[in-house]
Amino acid sequence: MNIHEYQGKGLFRDAGLPVLEGVHCKTVEEALNAYDNLGNKVVAVKSQIHAGGRGKGKLYDPNSGDVVMEGGVKIAFSRDDVEIFATNIIGNRLVTKQTGEAGKIVNNLYVESGCAISHEYYLAILVDREEKMPLIMASTEGGMDIEEVAESNPEAIHKLHVDIEAGVTTQQADELATALKLEGAAAASFNEMIQGLFALFVEKDCAMVEINPLVRTEDDEMVLLDAKVSFDENALFRHPDIVELRDLSEEEDTEIRAKEAGLSYVKLDGNIGCLVNGAGLAMATMDVIKLYGGEPANFLDVGGGADEEQVKTAFSIILEDPSVKGILVNIFGGIMRCDIIAKGVIAATEALGLEDPLVVRLVGTNFEEGRRILAESGLNIHTAETLAEGAEKIVALIGGDE
Amino acid sequence: MAIWIEEDAKIIVQGITGNQGTFHATKSVEFGSNIVGGVTPGKGGQTVDLGLKEVPVWNKMTEAIEATDADASVIYVPPRFAGAAIIEAANAFKEVKDGGVIVCITEGIPTLDMVKATTHVRSIEGVRLIGPNCPGIITPGETGGAKIGIMPGHIHAKGRIGIVSKSGTLTYEAVAQTMSIDEGQTTCVGIGGDPVNGTGFIDCLSAFEADPQTAAVVMIGEIGGSAEEEAAEWVAENMSKPVVGFVAGMTAPPGKRMGHAGAIISGGKGTASEKVAAMEAAGIRCANDPSEIGAVLLKSLQDAGLR
Repeated sequence: MNIHEYQGKGLFRDAGLPVLEGVHCKTVEEALNAYDNLGNKVVAVKSQIHAGGRGKGKLYDPNSGDVVMEGGVKIAFSRDDVEIFATNIIGNRLVTKQTGEAGKIVNNLYVESGCAISHEYYLAILVDREEKMPLIMASTEGGMDIEEVAESNPEAIHKLHVDIEAGVTTQQADELATALKLEGAAAASFNEMIQGLFALFVEKDCAMVEINPLVRTEDDEMVLLDAKVSFDENALFRHPDIVELRDLSEEEDTEIRAKEAGLSYVKLDGNIGCLVNGAGLAMATMDVIKLYGGEPANFLDVGGGADEEQVKTAFSIILEDPSVKGILVNIFGGIMRCDIIAKGVIAATEALGLEDPLVVRLVGTNFEEGRRILAESGLNIHTAETLAEGAEKIVALIGGDE
Repeated sequence: MAIWIEEDAKIIVQGITGNQGTFHATKSVEFGSNIVGGVTPGKGGQTVDLGLKEVPVWNKMTEAIEATDADASVIYVPPRFAGAAIIEAANAFKEVKDGGVIVCITEGIPTLDMVKATTHVRSIEGVRLIGPNCPGIITPGETGGAKIGIMPGHIHAKGRIGIVSKSGTLTYEAVAQTMSIDEGQTTCVGIGGDPVNGTGFIDCLSAFEADPQTAAVVMIGEIGGSAEEEAAEWVAENMSKPVVGFVAGMTAPPGKRMGHAGAIISGGKGTASEKVAAMEAAGIRCANDPSEIGAVLLKSLQDAGLR
């Protein structure tokens, strides 16, 4: 789960970590009041959307489609600047390299005091899957695309694995500060910050914390100038405070409803709806549809123990997508019983008045019973023995890849 | 022979009194697996009816292992308690009999709980963790066998192919594919689709390489992380037996989590095509479609003079 920069900075501030003063705004008036109250001549006016690349993005008028402004993060040197930038940002569509062409309408703004920067650094904390340990990555090449740095100058990225129980030791913090060529007051400021930030990462069950840039001010203080924070969905049960930060307008509506029904759904661009049990098999089903010349309309995993009602919900979610021209159901029953799926398929087809072609492949636990139920239903359901056969059939039924 | 779990292995079920625990333990017993009892804190002294037999319940893993000399445990407890259940099992196996296999089926365990649990398990020699978020491990036998997990038992048969997979249902596809060319399995291991798990591809591949009964291996990967690439490198340097592969997620878009917590292409890394390229470079023949795994495996067996 992702949150906005202003929310991340709120968490940092509460944890005593060094961030600049800033105000979350939703209107131009609020932005102007924020400027007056901050009392700084120079402020940053920052678009708040979940995607990255905001600084280099473009703002468009959502109605006319005209470009309104280059750059979703602006430095304002006057009250007038704030007014112009806020007007150009709020309610307009920000397109960055991470949003896709559709972009995101910006509803939130963060007005933050400026500071005198000496140097920009990159800092991230995440879990290293291969080492099964939290990993801190830091670089003196801040403010840049870190993937480019990793490509062109991998030695510039310093990595530190941290024992989750022990946290960042003073020695580790010293070593990292030295690697970043920090000395004196800046090193002391860095050490305190990195220990606190790591503790927050663990306490809040973060999936990733990325600060780009982390800056050293002219007064040798380290300041977290950016805050990209995401959380482990599986751990949200113990963080009601984090759940409250969720901005549903940033998430796909159908994906939210699927999640509520215990389904895992991701919308794609094709026209063949898929209903599968198991994430790996669901991905393989998409791959095989493509292999036979079709395009999958979605990823949908009904999970291990779906019941009739969930199967029905899954069908209705697939059918909400107007581009869907046919559906392939692919179930290898383990925990899932094929007879339950068959009953769910029939209930859903009848309730939703399904007219699009439907191919069903059932294998595994109780598959004979499942196939018998489908055969005796009298409905126009095509069956298949293998995934390849199922994919071939559905592609043929909708008439190729159109 | 098989890897890690013999067909008559004695198995304890953690969370046996829950719906999932009772249901799957009953299925294991029907398959002929040696379920010797279960653990649910606060329910020690009770018994659980598993259809063909009734088994005792203990409060603690140490008591259960002392009473039964169990070789393995399987965990069906809810996500928020699963990390602690793994640690309890690891400590108990170490304390009572110097080793054991822990199979964690539970899906949805917080990642940092798994970081703590795997760090702990790694520090204890002789204890192996399989999973979490996996179908489990099965060693088919002459009659039945050891089915430790949620896979449908009836699709398996004893044979000479080892299977290792990140995905549950794709493992079943791989099993069905071996059966389609009249080959059975030594052991099938689901290593799970979470970002942080216990046993990995290389652990399984090296065990299959060392197992005299295993003639060839099927390896099923999916997008996310770099475990497949590292396994491919290991295979190129160490594996003498044929390995056949499949990687799911060729059509997955970057930045979107495809069901499994670990199945996400991030920062352009972890794509299926990169993984397939690394595997093929290591001599692992890959199928484009799970329905072709049987044919690719047959060809590999023939080329190795095994058919």
